[in-house]
Amino acid sequence: MALSLDDIQRIAHLARIEITPVEAIEVGKKLDGIFELIGRMSAVDTTGIVPMSHAQDVMLPLREDRVTETDRRDAYQSVAPAVRDGLYLVPKVIE
Amino acid sequence: MITAPIAKLADALRAKRLSSVELTQGLLDRIDALGPPLNAFLTLDREGALARARAADALRASGRAGPLTGIPIAHKDVLMTAGLKTTCGSRMLEHFVAPYDAFVVQRLAEAGTVLIGKTNMDEFAMGSSNENSYFGPVKNPWNLACVPGGSSGGSAAAVAARLVPGATGTDTGGSIRQPAALTGICGLKPTYGVCSRYGLIAFASSLDTPGVFAQTAQDCALLLNAMAGHDARDSTSLERPTEDYACDLTQPLKGLRIGLPREYFAGGTEAGVIAAIEAALIELRKLGATTVEVSLPNVDLSVPVYYVIAPAEASSNLSRFDGVRFGHRAAKYDDLLDMYKKSRAEGFGAEVKRRILVGTYVLSHGYYDAYYLKAQQVRRLIADDFRRAYEKCDVIIGPTSPTTAFKLGDNTDDPVKMYLNDIFTIAGNLTGAPAMSIPCGFDAHGLPVGVQLQGNYFREAQLLNVAHQYQQVTDWHKRAPTLAGKTRSLPPEGVK
Repeated sequence: MALSLDDIQRIAHLARIEITPVEAIEVGKKLDGIFELIGRMSAVDTTGIVPMSHAQDVMLPLREDRVTETDRRDAYQSVAPAVRDGLYLVPKVIE
Repeated sequence: MITAPIAKLADALRAKRLSSVELTQGLLDRIDALGPPLNAFLTLDREGALARARAADALRASGRAGPLTGIPIAHKDVLMTAGLKTTCGSRMLEHFVAPYDAFVVQRLAEAGTVLIGKTNMDEFAMGSSNENSYFGPVKNPWNLACVPGGSSGGSAAAVAARLVPGATGTDTGGSIRQPAALTGICGLKPTYGVCSRYGLIAFASSLDTPGVFAQTAQDCALLLNAMAGHDARDSTSLERPTEDYACDLTQPLKGLRIGLPREYFAGGTEAGVIAAIEAALIELRKLGATTVEVSLPNVDLSVPVYYVIAPAEASSNLSRFDGVRFGHRAAKYDDLLDMYKKSRAEGFGAEVKRRILVGTYVLSHGYYDAYYLKAQQVRRLIADDFRRAYEKCDVIIGPTSPTTAFKLGDNTDDPVKMYLNDIFTIAGNLTGAPAMSIPCGFDAHGLPVGVQLQGNYFREAQLLNVAHQYQQVTDWHKRAPTLAGKTRSLPPEGVK
């Protein structure tokens, strides 16, 4: 399977990563090699095999529905690129 | 003395032949003298380390010291450390200071260990050579022209060069075992769920496993004793009775059944590696173990399966790095979408971007069944292979890595070639069962070889038993590299 440059740009858009046309050519070559590797598993018959999503076949635990976290907004926002009055600042999205 | 294994250092601390402050200062001096060419550390916390060492000495004076009190360690920079930089080897987190400690960091601190610094790694733990770090590659202390393996290359190089007696790592596809093998030390990946992932910056959540590096199997047991335990903040953390992982160390190996998968000895591995593994098997047979051939017919598919599952989970996990709440934000952008795209383009390195793109593709509309679902089904087949093999044997032994340490730059142009370094280690992550690498010899170039011991779920104590018994009759784990051209700047052995 060879990915076209349009494919690469579409995936990069979905992944929210800017990619230049020159980078797309280089990335495409490497991804082709990776998908060739991945393709080796398609020959295996997996009819009726239950997918293994996790190493342990255990039920994920539920916790009680009550507040356990303390307010650490200031600490968490101290590592943010831009905040004001407890809010994260981003470019305007609503006119 | 300061370069001794943890158990010996603990004895010296207990007998008051050494204080933690003396030990910590001695190692900081050693890091200053020998560390720079290795590039193993991203952050050194000298003052904090000495403060922790003083606290450990005070605790000992008050009679409340535990087995690890006062022992200096380093953490892989993927584990969050409150108040200390946690970069994950990425430009994205170049200035990130974690607001809280990872569970294993917290547990090791509570055990009285002295955190000295944070170690270099492949960016977001993606790599097998440590060449993907934004902060430059780590060098192998056995040969500075070679890689130390990855992704926990900094921790491995630091322990191998005896800059710290123990360090944490994380293993998603071999990131503890492969660098342990390439640097001639012990590396243990416990069963998935035994050590909490809380505060471990997520790469592939169904595979990520915290673990340890040390000189000896006994030291690995001591560190795991402190790190293991249930944590409600990680929904995959298992609730199990507390276990002493050192309890079986002295058990004789008589009657141990070693499984040798024919697929692990089918060619493609360097002759020097195979020779060292076979010599190790001879030692283990002398200790009373028997060997039996087993088969893992689907294990060859573990690399392709991994390169669907790991990138898929990574593309989801790494979506949190958007330049809004933490991490790098581009200086110039047009709108919100452009800000995301530019921040991520600038913040992530080439390998991380590749894996995000692979993951995004395999999870995209119309491809889920062909890739992600298929990979999860083959993952089940691989796990079933191991389940059947353990009906015939107690542990599975083979090479950790098909080669010894390779030269810097040798595999950087070909990601698939790099990925195949993990051909023997990835299955352990897909199944979630424990595995470790211990040193078992050297190749013709004087580079260390690691033998991988794999066990059934929760059989860490058994793996450590086998490793410990092997280390009672061999001395590979005692061999340390002489850092070429730097020997004169070595601080004198013993305490300053």
